[in-house]
Amino acid sequence: MQHYSVFSLARHALSGHRDWKPAWRDAEPRRRYQVIIVGGGGHGLATAYYLAKVHGIRDIAVLEKGWIGGGNTGRNTTIVRSNYLWDASAALYDKSLQLWEGLSQDINYNVMFSQRGVLNLGHTLQDMRDIRRRVNANRLNGVDGEVLDTAGVKRLVPFINTSPTSRYPVMGASWQPRAGIARHDAVAWGFARAADALGVDIIENCEVTGVRQENGAVTGVDTNRGPIDADRVGVVVAGHAGVLADMAGFRLPIESHPLQALVSEPLKPVLDTVVMSNAVHVYVSQSDKGELVIGAGIDGYTGYGQRGSFQTMEHFLSALIELYPIFSRLRMLRHWGGIVDTSPDASPIISKTPVDGLFFNVGWGTGGFKATPGSGWVFAHTLATGEPHPINAPFSLERFHTGALVDEHGAAAVAH
Amino acid sequence: MLWIHCPWCGPRDESEFSFGGEADIVRPPAPAQTDDATWGDYLFYRTNPKGWHREQWLHTHGCRRWFKAERHTVSYDIRQTWPMDAEPEENR
Repeated sequence: MQHYSVFSLARHALSGHRDWKPAWRDAEPRRRYQVIIVGGGGHGLATAYYLAKVHGIRDIAVLEKGWIGGGNTGRNTTIVRSNYLWDASAALYDKSLQLWEGLSQDINYNVMFSQRGVLNLGHTLQDMRDIRRRVNANRLNGVDGEVLDTAGVKRLVPFINTSPTSRYPVMGASWQPRAGIARHDAVAWGFARAADALGVDIIENCEVTGVRQENGAVTGVDTNRGPIDADRVGVVVAGHAGVLADMAGFRLPIESHPLQALVSEPLKPVLDTVVMSNAVHVYVSQSDKGELVIGAGIDGYTGYGQRGSFQTMEHFLSALIELYPIFSRLRMLRHWGGIVDTSPDASPIISKTPVDGLFFNVGWGTGGFKATPGSGWVFAHTLATGEPHPINAPFSLERFHTGALVDEHGAAAVAH
Repeated sequence: MLWIHCPWCGPRDESEFSFGGEADIVRPPAPAQTDDATWGDYLFYRTNPKGWHREQWLHTHGCRRWFKAERHTVSYDIRQTWPMDAEPEENR
């Protein structure tokens, strides 16, 4: 791997930037690998990277049906935070946040991680009680957090509408200073490049069409580029977890929904933090290009169409204008939908499955991007050892039969 | 926005309706005698197909009655809708 630095930049400037090599090889699938990872999004690539780096397994293929960064990794609103209520979630998401803090150096790729803080607004007395409870729980778990009152929010976001007669009065917020945003494409490309440098084959345009099994154990996968054998298969997909489970012959407690987002025309710097509102389902930050990045809650119906309904957009845009009247004349540039696999308790499934050697890391719902490095880190452990890491043990598939859910719905700062 | 045909009110905008999830899920008749696996399946596991899906809708801002629909989860086309206690046209 050619090391990226100011010196390599200067050296390539001398040759007019014509000699940069592709960030990763266009690998041809081999007949057999030790580990196959299905899904070349951020989570899958992070899994491959940590498998190679931490566990020394380098005989890995990452199979991506489209292109790297073309799925939900490139469709989210890039928010990174770890202020979840329950101990199990706090451990998982804060592990991830700790990895984010050193990620650009670790993979020698600038993922533009910007710890500009995240506000989660409270609009009612009950919101504020929940926020206090959550911030206290966060601090007990070593996750940073503060409760702000209306004036505290106004200091950070001077143009927010804090009128007490507002439809959504801002009574306060939780504030996590270590949270922030990152450049989502760079996360996928950076992990792909770092994994490739450790010998991982990244195979794009390779769609899995079947899961091969013998005597209840996985032996490989069928793809549109031919069958590939493997000792272990890790499925790290978003939007198609149910389809992959169906290929393997079992069901999942997952429903897939469209989730929409949009970006505005670019503005001068106006918002230097991230503001979320769970109650009214709108969250907004400003990208380095100056666009406002705006996200919403999921569409009500299930679907795989990568588009949603207009009334959902209308709902979150009306909330946006009520909270931030100065955005009312902004024009929106792009709008898109992704498919999110939602689980009943709004927590992911990082688990063994009924098939030996087949592991699933799915069901991240609306909030998977923040977990990219942590998810890869714990899933790499699971794939390498065959057993979950203590951090992802609570996120097993069995919890839907034992009843030990990690119920983050509403209780956490989760926008659902 | 979808154009949904309520069996009682006729075609209306999607914004009048609420989605009610997969149809035809039957509650185990004797919960106390049901094992955890069956109960977990009933509560949480869903078919979640990529294709035609039998599902429930509620005409929330209309007649406030439930009905069933067959909708395609990629194209979002709705092939038919029918009352909860009936069978769809083509199966009659």
